[in-house]
Amino acid sequence: MLSNTFPLWPTRASTISGQVDALFIFLLMLCGLMCMAIFVAIVVFAIRYRKRPGHQATQIEGSNAVEFTWTFIPAGIFLFIFVWGAYIYFLERTPPRDSMDVYTVAKQWMWKFQHTEGQREINELHIPIGRDVRMIMTSQDVIHSFYVPAFRIKQDVLPGRYTIAWFRASKAGTYHLFCAEYCGTNHSGMIGDVVVMEPAQFQSWLNGGGPMGSLTQTGEGLFQSLGCSTCHRLDTQGRGPNLIGVFGKPVLLEDGRTITADENYVRESILSPAAKVVSGFKPIMPTFQGIVSEEELNALVAYVKSLTAQPSGAAQNPTFQGPAASKADTTRQR
Amino acid sequence: MASTLVAAPERENYLNNEYGISSWLFTTDHKRIALLYLVTITFFFFIGGFFALLIRLELLTPEGDLVLADTYNKLFTMHGQVMIFFFLIPAVPAVLGNFLIPIMIGAKDLAFPRINLLSWYLLVIGGCFMTYTILSGGVDTGWTFYTPLSTHFLDTHVIAAALAIFIAGFSSILTGLNFIVTIHRMRAPGMTWSRLPLFVWANYATAIIQVLGTPVLAISLMLVALERIFHLGIFDPRLGGDPLLFQHLFWFYSHPAVYIMILPGMGVISEIVTCFSHKRIFGYQFMALALIAIAVLGFLVWAHHMFVAGISLYAAMVFSLLSYFVAVPSAIKVFNWTATMFKGSITYSTPMLYAFGFIGLFTMGGMTGLFVAALGIDVHVTDTYFVVAHFHYIMVGGMVMAYMGGLHFWWPKLSGRMYPENWGRLAALIIFIGFNLTFFPQFVLGWLGMPRRYWQYSPEFQVLNVLSTAGATILAVGYLLPMVYFLWSMRYGKPASDNPWGAAGLEWMISSPPTTFNFDQTPTVTWEAYNYDELQEAPVER
Repeated sequence: MLSNTFPLWPTRASTISGQVDALFIFLLMLCGLMCMAIFVAIVVFAIRYRKRPGHQATQIEGSNAVEFTWTFIPAGIFLFIFVWGAYIYFLERTPPRDSMDVYTVAKQWMWKFQHTEGQREINELHIPIGRDVRMIMTSQDVIHSFYVPAFRIKQDVLPGRYTIAWFRASKAGTYHLFCAEYCGTNHSGMIGDVVVMEPAQFQSWLNGGGPMGSLTQTGEGLFQSLGCSTCHRLDTQGRGPNLIGVFGKPVLLEDGRTITADENYVRESILSPAAKVVSGFKPIMPTFQGIVSEEELNALVAYVKSLTAQPSGAAQNPTFQGPAASKADTTRQR
Repeated sequence: MASTLVAAPERENYLNNEYGISSWLFTTDHKRIALLYLVTITFFFFIGGFFALLIRLELLTPEGDLVLADTYNKLFTMHGQVMIFFFLIPAVPAVLGNFLIPIMIGAKDLAFPRINLLSWYLLVIGGCFMTYTILSGGVDTGWTFYTPLSTHFLDTHVIAAALAIFIAGFSSILTGLNFIVTIHRMRAPGMTWSRLPLFVWANYATAIIQVLGTPVLAISLMLVALERIFHLGIFDPRLGGDPLLFQHLFWFYSHPAVYIMILPGMGVISEIVTCFSHKRIFGYQFMALALIAIAVLGFLVWAHHMFVAGISLYAAMVFSLLSYFVAVPSAIKVFNWTATMFKGSITYSTPMLYAFGFIGLFTMGGMTGLFVAALGIDVHVTDTYFVVAHFHYIMVGGMVMAYMGGLHFWWPKLSGRMYPENWGRLAALIIFIGFNLTFFPQFVLGWLGMPRRYWQYSPEFQVLNVLSTAGATILAVGYLLPMVYFLWSMRYGKPASDNPWGAAGLEWMISSPPTTFNFDQTPTVTWEAYNYDELQEAPVER
């Protein structure tokens, strides 16, 4: 913890951290053992076969059997470590479905967070225990890296696209947030606190923010004021595609490819509309590069995401409603 | 032969056959060029070391108080650039390799003596640009030049630093080219590939990487310069570029560059361990094969520097798997060195102490490589001090130990003088202790989560940082000591016999120091490398 003056082990405060630590401890023991074996062999040989009168070196050319043994046994052990490490990584890189999203904008030298409920924070991130949190992150300038040692989670934050990290906090407390990718002068000052709260506390923290409207509402306002709604009409098909129910679904493009409408696709379509035009539409949309800020982009993305569920009112789960068949389709084509 | 201590008239050799500054600056003798390199890289080693010392002093306290944040960023940037491009990469190949490869294969010189001299001049010109960068205020890109930070967000001397490395890269390419041609074409009669000393194999493997990898570094740096000067959108997303493209290009060279730095060191250790065990190398073929395997596989693992950079899940898995493949030949080498000592006749001379240090520290560096190659762990420890400790165990614990060992081992041949043995042993011990005290605490720091390149840090990391800084001062003493006694020995050292260690290899069959053309007549080789069964042991000293 922060108060400890000489810690030797980082706090475990996320569900994945136990898994990471288990592999780490296994490797410590394995490598400790192998190192000891080699060191002991060196010391024993150095003493036992030291040069002295009456002792002569025995010339040995080598042995294929021995060589193959110490090629294939380590190789087998390495494969085992690889599989274990890859399994943890797979978990770390695969966000669960109904997560709580926090939009993140990194800039020199500051972390900005937007909760979907509308709260905004700088260099401080409040999250509840026991909830899957998905960080949807982008950078306004150079590459940064979102790093919470207590969660054993790190993800670079790139300009021009979203990267995603997720975690589920398991222990209340305040933990370090570091920028882990060198980003210029005040890199070591680009730090903050992650405050993990009990769910009830978190709820009251959310409510304590005052009336500021949710991220979706902000996005809706922008959708109107930027004039998006004149073409992307929500009642009928306009000059641009109707966006209701688009998010999370496969989209057929003008060039015949099919892609999934994820956060990065929505973002790209706002900034570089001509890059991936939906089939049946003309590339007439102007770019909004330099017109919308990163925070406004996040609000727009959150709004487009929300359009999936709202109108029908039937669906409770806002994401991944597409039929299984169409989902399998997209994976194959990607 | 030269066992008489009475001042006999000095035999003519490559050092005393000509005098004057122009006999050095226009020499095409590989041995003299090796010494030119030795002076050059020693200069840069102490500059890079000075930066390291300032870094460690700043990190003595959690607050940023000794230097400014920008200054600190410049210090670690230039420490990396100077140490990697102007010390580690040329260290063993350009100094020891240059001196020894022609002799070890029974040749009079390298295949292209003038190109060899040109390589040194290129390193010096690159070094001038580097020095200019340092003196004119420095550069703070990090040695990695990550975009778009390096292209659009810094107004320091990025171009000058990139140019310095660009030029030094060509020095490296030409040295590699020269070695490849020399080893293919200039071997003495009977010196077959299976009789080559492993030092030659190691430098051959290195040369392949230098020739194939370095051009990609040149390309990446040129693209950085183009984007910076002409605003071409290559890496900056605002201009339509892709910042990860730079990382792929950069690490395509810079990961193999790690092997440029360590493979020659492995060659040195094979020579030392056999000599001071008075024994053949265990598993010669596997040792040679492992070197080539590392060089080839080393080209296929670059993206393991990018597991959290935003590459795809499955790409990361492929690169992790391949990284474990490259660990196999490294393990084979450690096992074979250890086995070589088995039933040997072991002397604890200074070079052997360095070899012990190398095996121990390289093993730890390699083992921690297993940690960072494990995807799930790398996410936590990448870009922290864990990685800093890991690569310093390989680069400094491995390569610098090997270089120091090699320098002591071949010093009698280079200079014709013996260094003071007890001082040598003392320095080796100080370096070993200082090194571990400096870098072991950094493993713990990294695991705790202290990110690298931090000018100020959270107070709970202080104790370990103080230990590390204490170690660095000890390390500094350890490196200054050999500098002093090597210089002293050039005048006052005991004259060296032709083969003071009772070592196998062609270089020990000619005079110390060698004559300009190494051999009076081209030798015919009829023996395997490390034919210690046919050699008398050197008399026990002290």
